[in-house]
Amino acid sequence: MRKLRVVIAKPGLDGHDRGAKVIARALRDAGMEVIYTGLRQTPQQIVSAALQEDADVIGLSILSGAHNHIVPRLMELLKEKGLDDVLVVIGGIIPDVDVPKLKEIGVKGIFLPGTPMQAIIEFIQTHARARTALG
Amino acid sequence: MKTAAETDKQRWARETLAPALEQSPERAASFTTISGRPIERLYTAEDRAGIDDARDLNDPGNFPYTRGIHATGYRGKLWTMRQFAGFGTPEETNRRYRALLKAGGTGLSVAFDLPTLMGRDPDHELSLGEVGKCGVSVMSLADMEMLFDGIALGGITSSMTINSPAAMIFAMYLVVAEQQGVAWDALSGTIQNDILKEFIAQKEYIFPPRPSMRIITDIFAFCSKEVPRWNTISVSGYHIREAGATALQELAFTLADGLEYVQWGVDAGLDVDDFVPRISFFFNAHSDFFEEIAKYRAARKIWAEAMRNRFGARDERSWKLRFHSQTAGVSLTAQQPHNNVVRTALQALSAVLGGTNSLHTNSLDEALALPTEEAATLALRTQQILAYESGVTAVVDALGGSFFVERLTKDLEEGALEYFNQIDKMGGMVEAIERGFPQKEIAESSYRFQREIERKEKTIVGVNDFVQEGEPPIEILYIDESASERQLARLEALKRTRDNARVGRALDGLRTAASGTENLMPRILEAVRAYATLGEMCDALRDVWGEYEEVPVI
Repeated sequence: MRKLRVVIAKPGLDGHDRGAKVIARALRDAGMEVIYTGLRQTPQQIVSAALQEDADVIGLSILSGAHNHIVPRLMELLKEKGLDDVLVVIGGIIPDVDVPKLKEIGVKGIFLPGTPMQAIIEFIQTHARARTALG
Repeated sequence: MKTAAETDKQRWARETLAPALEQSPERAASFTTISGRPIERLYTAEDRAGIDDARDLNDPGNFPYTRGIHATGYRGKLWTMRQFAGFGTPEETNRRYRALLKAGGTGLSVAFDLPTLMGRDPDHELSLGEVGKCGVSVMSLADMEMLFDGIALGGITSSMTINSPAAMIFAMYLVVAEQQGVAWDALSGTIQNDILKEFIAQKEYIFPPRPSMRIITDIFAFCSKEVPRWNTISVSGYHIREAGATALQELAFTLADGLEYVQWGVDAGLDVDDFVPRISFFFNAHSDFFEEIAKYRAARKIWAEAMRNRFGARDERSWKLRFHSQTAGVSLTAQQPHNNVVRTALQALSAVLGGTNSLHTNSLDEALALPTEEAATLALRTQQILAYESGVTAVVDALGGSFFVERLTKDLEEGALEYFNQIDKMGGMVEAIERGFPQKEIAESSYRFQREIERKEKTIVGVNDFVQEGEPPIEILYIDESASERQLARLEALKRTRDNARVGRALDGLRTAASGTENLMPRILEAVRAYATLGEMCDALRDVWGEYEEVPVI
């Protein structure tokens, strides 16, 4: 079975990449193929990366409060490209009130500060494998 | 019985410790600081081997200032309680500043939003959703006029956390002072202006390292003549630590950055004593109490010796390391957020015992959002309780002479000097950064720490132990999109009403200056006076220098 392919992306203008880098390394150590896009990616660039890399998962790291703009745009573009079966998860600072809206538009996992890496790894393994099996 | 070769400590280990261990073993096989530094169970006079009190410590107010730069410690003047604030539009933040000043504050500390920090106007694609979120949006001189409306710049000190576009934001501040009739030589405050730590840690860079360094030396030269009381740079370890560095790496990389700036200033033809006294520092106050105290003490000593011996500074103001500190944002937990008050208080105490000159204490809700006014007030009260109730301000360097603290101070100093050697061999900090050296060191440390938490080798209360289910949510500050809409409308109005021909000429002048070697500040001031936007000025420089793109290290 092929390895899970994960695109880790930092959208927006924020440069605080500690979380993105730590999770990228943890997923890699857990046996996944990780592509880290680097900083300041537009939703368009992230979708292109997912398409090009044949990603099973997109992990977004957002701490700046821009998620309400960036994530809906990203989900829209994924749908347009027929990538709406890619598992989208977010890590970062997301106020509670925004969580239902993000889930409604298709974000499957939202991981707030303090989430153990193991919990994220298991979540991805559980939810992304279904797609691989179906696909 | 004591044998000839046995030291007191060895005798104690044999006679007292061994039976005690046999009866009840210790909680862990080894103990380390939060940075992974091994700690022995006991420090005695023997651990002061190699430490010479007169040379390494001396007295407070005397070279190398290990025990502090002031002979009277905090008995004369307390540290400055400087709380960082900014959000939404300039009007909203102006109201918050006026309230702070009315409550007795004498200094302001401006937090800018991400588009401002990155030199992008609010209508740029990447500014989507970011305007006014993490700080205040300042697009042009018009916004700076509003930000300080009704606040006399001659009567306060302002600290501005701005790096890549520091020259433009500073120029806006200077023009507002001019409009108020305040002479530049009467202004005092700080611009962060530390681009090296952006490449290393926080990643808010625009231009490549070398032209970025040139902007900074231009600011040094300009201020030494025109704005002599201004702190031209705040060399920052804070962000390096937040990115995952150990205490030693924070110390070493920050001071190495400082040395690099001094070297570039000297290479640009400046006299050391003309600009080094205006260099200040900014450190993190993290959770490992004694290691932090030792870090600040070592920093003062290393800087004093480097300025005197390596750069031949003669003015003692060049030797004295002055620093601001901020409690560790990264240590705050979203879980059981009230615990953060306790963490912050302990961290602040370490900064005070380490002799900080200025301090920001974080608010309990900052793992979740920007602070509410109530949380920000509690954070300030924490400092006031330390200053007025704890008693620690009555004595200078209370921990001086502690076997443990002096050993730790010396070990950190030696560790930093080893890092300096490695960096010098690479040709300096700019080269080290271009090779990804500090970035790689920090990424290693942050991953190691995360794994220690996962394995519960390090405990974080409420996160990996003492967890509480079903916590009630706390009230947080929610910033909506209205600031963005107002700033976009204002940007459009500005471009309609200003003299666009003058703006065009000023931007051409800036491009010409950037291609040559003249000091950029007069050209930037002209563009600011013409109401060129921050995005336009940064774009003019992007045209000449290009943008920096890092190769990410994971």
